[in-house]
Amino acid sequence: MSSFETTIGLEVHVELKTKSKAFSLSPVNFGDPANENTNVIDWGYPGVLPSANKGALESGMMAALALNAQITRDVHWDRKNYFYPDNPKSYQVTQQQTPIGHDGYVEIKKEDGTSKRIGIKELHVEEDAGKNSHSGKGYSLVDLNRQGTPLVEIVSQPNISSPDEAYLYLEKLRQLIQFTGISDVKMQEGSMRVDINISVRPIGAEKYGTKVEIKNVNSFQYAKNALAYEEQRQRDELMAGHIIGQETRRFDEPTKSTILMRVKEGADDYRYFPEPDLPVIHVSDEWIKAVKSSLPETADDRIARYINKFALSKKEAAVLTQTLEMANFYDQVVDDGADPKRTANYLIGDVNAYLNETQLDLQDTKLTPGHLSGMIKLIDNGTISTKQAKKVFTAITDGEEPKAYVEKNGLVQLSDPNKLTPIINQILDDNQQSIDDFKGGKDRAIGYLTGQVMKKTHGNANPKIVHEILLAELKKR
Amino acid sequence: MTDFFNENLTSLHKKLVDKEISATELTKEALNKSKSSQSEINAFITIDDEGALKRAAEIDAVGIDPDNILSGIPFAIKDNIVTKGLKTTAASHILDNFVPVYDATVIEKLNELGIVTIGKTNMDEFAMGGSTETSYFGKTANAWDHTKVPGGSSGGSASSVASGVIPVALGSDTGGSIRQPAAFNGIVGLKPTYGRVSRWGLIAFGSSLDQIGPLTRTVEDNARVLAAISGKDQRDTTTEDQSVPDFTKGIKKGVKDLRIGVPKEYFAKGIDEGVKDVVKKAIAKYESSGAKVDEVSLPHSKYGIAAYYILASSEASSNLERFDGIRYGFSARQDGQTLEDLYVRTRSEGFGDEVKRRIMLGTFALSAGFYDAYFKKAAQVRTLIVNDFAKVFENHDIILGPTTTSPAFDLGSENDDPVKMYMNDLLTIPLNLAGLPGMSINAGFTDGLPVGLQIIGKRFDESTIYKTAYAFEQDSQLFTKHPGVNF
Repeated sequence: MSSFETTIGLEVHVELKTKSKAFSLSPVNFGDPANENTNVIDWGYPGVLPSANKGALESGMMAALALNAQITRDVHWDRKNYFYPDNPKSYQVTQQQTPIGHDGYVEIKKEDGTSKRIGIKELHVEEDAGKNSHSGKGYSLVDLNRQGTPLVEIVSQPNISSPDEAYLYLEKLRQLIQFTGISDVKMQEGSMRVDINISVRPIGAEKYGTKVEIKNVNSFQYAKNALAYEEQRQRDELMAGHIIGQETRRFDEPTKSTILMRVKEGADDYRYFPEPDLPVIHVSDEWIKAVKSSLPETADDRIARYINKFALSKKEAAVLTQTLEMANFYDQVVDDGADPKRTANYLIGDVNAYLNETQLDLQDTKLTPGHLSGMIKLIDNGTISTKQAKKVFTAITDGEEPKAYVEKNGLVQLSDPNKLTPIINQILDDNQQSIDDFKGGKDRAIGYLTGQVMKKTHGNANPKIVHEILLAELKKR
Repeated sequence: MTDFFNENLTSLHKKLVDKEISATELTKEALNKSKSSQSEINAFITIDDEGALKRAAEIDAVGIDPDNILSGIPFAIKDNIVTKGLKTTAASHILDNFVPVYDATVIEKLNELGIVTIGKTNMDEFAMGGSTETSYFGKTANAWDHTKVPGGSSGGSASSVASGVIPVALGSDTGGSIRQPAAFNGIVGLKPTYGRVSRWGLIAFGSSLDQIGPLTRTVEDNARVLAAISGKDQRDTTTEDQSVPDFTKGIKKGVKDLRIGVPKEYFAKGIDEGVKDVVKKAIAKYESSGAKVDEVSLPHSKYGIAAYYILASSEASSNLERFDGIRYGFSARQDGQTLEDLYVRTRSEGFGDEVKRRIMLGTFALSAGFYDAYFKKAAQVRTLIVNDFAKVFENHDIILGPTTTSPAFDLGSENDDPVKMYMNDLLTIPLNLAGLPGMSINAGFTDGLPVGLQIIGKRFDESTIYKTAYAFEQDSQLFTKHPGVNF
C-alpha cells in the first residue's frame, strides 16, 4: 500500500445545445465554415451590447438540478479580462461571484459495489472563446463561430481520490448531463472538455500537496491514464525528496505520460468585476419549479422503469442507459410494439457490436427505431427466424426496410405443415436409427432430426412448427 | 438664409411643411455653417457633405411628414455614436479609420423620423475629459469665447449648437459630458435617466454610467429630441420598460408649489463666486414664481469624484480592451512580430495620454488584492450617494444647483493637472452614479461667459425637469442671447 493520498479536482466544460449564443442571436452550430455564425456582438465591435440568452441560464439551472446543487437566486454576470485573439472583447462573460448552482454532488458506484459522493463546488454559465489555428506561414487564423457559445463549467470538490474514481465521476457526470438534454457532451467534438488538478500528500499531512494542472485530455481514458501517470510521478518525486512545482502539464498520448508545459509563478489576474452591460437576474421559486418540471427522465429513473415495466435485468437496463441516444432508441422501438426483452437483447448485442465495429455513434448510423422494431416484430410473429434475422439486421444497418427486404429475398419462414410434413417424413425415412433412439427414450434424437430439417430447408423452417410435426410423425411410426 | 439663432424645431418644421425651405436647402445651410466654422471652433471630426445631401434629397422626394417635427432636420452626432457607413472615431487615433457596419439605436430611431446627419462632432478621446482637448483631432473652441474650452466631452456638439451651426445635436454623458459643455456654452443639455435611452451603438466608456442625450438651444426642442430617442431596446437590456411620454406636455404648467431642494454642498468653498451668484439669482426667481425652496444636504456627494474615477475607469479599462489592432481600427501590425508586440504597439500608439491614464487607473483598481479596497469600496459609496438623493426626493420634486464649479476656462490651462480637471465634474458626477436625470440650462453670465443651472429630477421623471427648465427659460428669455458670430 502507498503511504500517500491523492487529491483530484476536475473542471468540466460542457457546451450547451442552445439555438443561439449566450449573448448574441448568432446560431450555435458545430462544423460550419469559419466565421459564418458570427455578428457584430461576436466580433466585439465598438458599441455593441450583450443580451443574455435565457435558455442558456435555464440549461445551467437544469444542470444544477441534475447535480443536486442549490440554485443561486440573484445572479449577476462578471467579466474575466484577458487578451487573446480568440477572445474579441478581451473579456469573457461568466458567473464568477454568483454561479447559478453550488454545493451539489454526483454519486458514483465503485467496482467493489460501494458508492461515493463526489462534491460539486459550483457550476456556472459562461461564454466560450473562438478558435485560433496557426497557418504555419507566420500568422494565425481566428474562427469566431464558437465565440459566445454558452458553456456550463462544473467544478468538483477536490474529493476525488484516485484515477478510477475520476473516470467513474466523468462517466456519471456525462450521463447525468446528457439525460437533461442540454448538451451532446462529446469529447471528440469538444462539447465536453476536462481540466484536471491533482496533488498528492503523505497520509496524515494537514495541507494538500502542490497542485499540478493537466491540459489536453481528450477522452476519459486519457484522463485516467494521465492521472495514473501523474499520481505515480508525484509520489516518486516526493519519495526522492523533491518538491512538486506549481505547473501546467499536458498529456502525451503515445507515451501515456504528462509533459511539462509551463511553470506557474503566481495566480493569473483576470480582474473580475460585475458586467455592467447586463442586469441582475432574479431566479424565482416559480422559475425553478418550471425548469424542474421540464427536466426529462433521468438515467436512474429509466433504469427503474426498464426493470419494473419490461422485466429487464439491472445490467441490461444499465447498458441501455449508458447514452441518451441508446435509451431513446430503445424506448422508440418498444413504443412501436416490439418485444421489450428481445429489443434489449438486440441493442445490447448486435447493435452495440455493430457500433463498436464501425466506430459510429448510434445517431450517425442508418439504423432507425422503425426498422429495428419492424425486424423484431417479424421475429415476434414468426414470419422470420432468428437466423434469418441476421441477414435482415445487416440489411437494416444499410438503411433497408425490413419487411420489403424479407419479401424481396424470400426469407419468409416455412411454417406450412402441408409443405413441412413430406420433408420431415423423408428425413425420418432416412434416419431409422434416430427413430429407434427416440423410442428408446433418447430425447437428444429430436434435436438431431430438427437440425436435419433445418439443413434441408436452408434454415427457413419454423423450428416451433417443425418440432410439433416431428413429434406427431414419430408417434405414428 | 436661415439663422438658427432665431429658429427652433417648431419654426423650422413649419418652414419645411410650408415649403418655404426644402430639406436640401436646410441641409446645405447646416453644411456650409459647419464647414465655415471649422477653422474657428473645430466642432466636427467628420462633415458628411455627400451623405447628408443624398439623405436630404430622399426626404424631399418623399415629402416632409407634417406630423413629425424631426422630418428633414439637420443633426450633428457626437463621434462616439456609431453611424453605418460614416466614420466613427471616438476622437481616437485607434479608431481613426473605423467605418461602422451598423447604426446605433438612437440613429436608427432618428433616421426613421427623417433627420439628416450633417456630421460627427469632436469630443474628448473616448469621452474621457471635460474640455474636448484630449481629442486626436484637435481642440474645439467655446462658442462664446474662442480662447476658452467648450467643456467636454461633448464639446463639439455643444459648441456647434451654441454657435448657431446646427439646430440640435446628440451627446453622451458619463460624468457630466452633456451638462458641463451645455453649461459652458449656454445651451440646454439633458442627461436622461440611466436606462431611458438605448446605449446600443454608443462606444462604451463607463457602461453603468453612460447615457446618450440631446443638446439643444431650447427646452422644448430638447424635450422633442428626447422623446424621439427614448424607449426600451431589446439590444440594450439595461434599458427599462418605461412609457415614453410627450415631454412637452405639461411643460407650461409653471412652478407654483414645486418643492425645490438646494443642496448646500453645491455652494461649498471652491465653487466660483460668480457662478454661485448667477445660480442663486436663478433659484430666487423660482421662489418668486411660487416654488418652495429649501436647503437640503447630499452629504456623500463629496466622495463622488473618487468613487466615479474608480468605477468609470475600471469599466473603461475593460471596455477598451477590445481595441487590440486585430479586427478593426488602427493596427501597428508588422511582419514577423509577436502577438504581444502587436498589442503593446497598437495600444501605445493608438491611445492618447488621458485614455492611458484611465486604463491604468482602472486596471489597478480591479487588480487582485486591490479590488476590495478600491472597486468594491467605490461601489458602496455609490449606494450611499443613491440613498442621499432618495432621501431628498422623499419630500422634494426637483433639485437645483450649479452645473459646474466655474465658467469655461482657458484652452490649455488645465492639461497638466488631471486632478484639477477631474474636480470640474464635482457637481455632475453624483447624478451618473445615482442613475438620475439631470439638465443644464443657461442661468445667466459671469464675466461674459454662460453659467449653467443644473436641474436634477427623480428617476424617469424628465417631465418635471422640462417643466422646471421651461419656466426659467421663458421668464429669462436667455435663449435669445447668442455669441453673435454668424457662420
